[in-house]
Amino acid sequence: MTNVKKILRKIYGHSLFFPLTCLGIVLAVNLIKTPTFFQISLNNGVLYGYIIDILNRSSELIILAIGMTLVVAGSGGTDISVGAVSAVAGAITIYSLVGSMSSAVYRMPYGFAIILGLLGGIACGMFNGFLIAKLKIQPMVATLILFTAGRGIAQIITQGFILYVRNEPFKYLGNFIPGVPIPTPIFVAIMVILVTVLILKKTALGLYIQTVGINRKAARLVGLNSSLYIFLIYTFSGLCAGIAGMIITSRVYSIDANNAGLNIELDAILAVAIGGNSLAGGKFSLAGSIIGAITIQALTTSLYAMKVTADQLPVYKAIVVIIIVMLQSTELKRMVHSLYQKISNLIAGKKVA
Amino acid sequence: MLRKFREKIGANSFLLLITIVLFIVMYIVGMIVFRNDNFGRLQVFLNLFISNAGLIVASVGMTMVLISGGIDISVGSVVAVTCMLLAWMMENKNIGAVPAIIIVLVLGIIYGLIQGLLIAYLKIQPFIVTLAGMFFCRGMTAVISSDMISIKNETFLELANAKIYLPFGGHVNKKGVMLYPYIYPSVIIALVVLVLIFFMLKYTKFGRSIYAVGGNEQSALLLGLNVRLTKLKVYVLNGFLATLAGFVFCLNTSGGFVEQAKGFEMEAIASSVIGGTLLTGGVGNVIGCLFGVLIKGTIETFITFKGTLSSWWTKIVIAALLCFFIILQSILASTKHKRRKASKI
Repeated sequence: MTNVKKILRKIYGHSLFFPLTCLGIVLAVNLIKTPTFFQISLNNGVLYGYIIDILNRSSELIILAIGMTLVVAGSGGTDISVGAVSAVAGAITIYSLVGSMSSAVYRMPYGFAIILGLLGGIACGMFNGFLIAKLKIQPMVATLILFTAGRGIAQIITQGFILYVRNEPFKYLGNFIPGVPIPTPIFVAIMVILVTVLILKKTALGLYIQTVGINRKAARLVGLNSSLYIFLIYTFSGLCAGIAGMIITSRVYSIDANNAGLNIELDAILAVAIGGNSLAGGKFSLAGSIIGAITIQALTTSLYAMKVTADQLPVYKAIVVIIIVMLQSTELKRMVHSLYQKISNLIAGKKVA
Repeated sequence: MLRKFREKIGANSFLLLITIVLFIVMYIVGMIVFRNDNFGRLQVFLNLFISNAGLIVASVGMTMVLISGGIDISVGSVVAVTCMLLAWMMENKNIGAVPAIIIVLVLGIIYGLIQGLLIAYLKIQPFIVTLAGMFFCRGMTAVISSDMISIKNETFLELANAKIYLPFGGHVNKKGVMLYPYIYPSVIIALVVLVLIFFMLKYTKFGRSIYAVGGNEQSALLLGLNVRLTKLKVYVLNGFLATLAGFVFCLNTSGGFVEQAKGFEMEAIASSVIGGTLLTGGVGNVIGCLFGVLIKGTIETFITFKGTLSSWWTKIVIAALLCFFIILQSILASTKHKRRKASKI
């Protein structure tokens, strides 16, 4: 009996219990509503199905969530500029490829344009990092600058037009490579995950980031260069935003500076929160954030499947957010606990009387 | 010289002074650059208030929340849902203008109460709670109606278009008729809110405890202030002001649609910061935030007068100003810190 309890407690206490439960609930609801949910079919040599679609669409969110997890862990703040930064990166890449006219002819090698776009993302991240690490400005406020200006900068780059790349290979990154049945974004996401995990596990960087996140001053006093780590994680977040921007633009082979990656920063923050990470910084779980990102995409996809329009979607997301944060609130647990004790005392008291 | 002056008036008033001087300089530059386009007329100045009345109300609420150490990023969505709700009630449900406005304001108070309870009593981060609020309100706007509803209610339009003429500062037009500058009732609402909140923050016990809570929650608690209740009240009042801002905004636009007032919350935050409010809480005033709004309005007026510039230049200039001001804040804060350290030694 006690053994079972122990195992249960171990499962319940595991850091991934909460995010996995959330994902499980969303998937279970889907299974009841649409029994064909888990079907995967092979059409024209590529895989189709809700599950594939969810994994495919959640790729850029996973990439952003990884960057956001480190940002939250290391600085206790959020980077709200990632959506705008991915628009900037996408705009740089497409502008370098086709100039200010939609066309099929590249002006420079594809790889070079991608590197330019990623450098744009990194530059934005470095700007954020400089403000936050060196000038010690609150993360949300510092990233508010690029959040406000980012889309304007992207508009300047594209000169206010929606630029199209009418070139088949450009679509590979965001869709399918001919002959490969799995969508390319999934590979990109896996690659980003692997590289990040390798860097964090093989070096002490992960530990340092947590230390800085828990107490920046103490970390500095034990000899860690806190500012440097905070600068690095924001730069990394910018790079992640850049990679996501590449996928987003390749998906629709165009850049619309006003709408590329719109509101995706909120989803990324949400993914981190669902993943069981404290938004106040400190300990983090990348796996949790990844599951969180998939959960959000699963929720979005299933709501679309239930004929909820894109405009109405936020209502459901809001309800989910509130439920999740209320479940995580230690204050609520304490209140419920004390209420429970009061009631049980009351019942016990009555029995005595 | 400058440092001595700064020390005399304090860093915070110094920031406010910079904002005011910046506004005046910008306005004078505008008068010189656009001297042939009547930029100097009083009406152009009043238009700043007319087109930004809603933003003034929202920014005043935002300033109060920021002083208390919180943040509210749902203001834009609240404004959108308020406009939509007003339009929907008046046009589709035939509810009169006055009851509709009262219903909306009461809903705003309830909304603020829920947010306040979550933030103050369950201690959930304000950013997350208001993020959810933002999602919820924007989504509800679409649930009410995904099409645009324009208001045709006579009482409402009468209120929206009632020109109040000023008895001075007029000019003679080409036909020789004297035209006096005018404002709308929305401007009066905005200014009344501004003055009331100014006095509340400065002279009431509640106002002072907002500063105390924002400055240092722990000390405020030790001094016997009811921190939770203060925070709750701040969010309730903010919910009310956000819907009031929505109503004032609606007087300008006379309609509701889903994409309305997008990015409004960021404009409100930017105005507060430009006006010298610290995002760490405890410091700020609504006069500065008025000038923040006016600076944003002036930039927009520049762009309209210029004609060839795109509207997204407004956002870039606002972001640049925001950057300038927060860097300035950070420098002022660090010199203050150093001085304090030096005096201790």
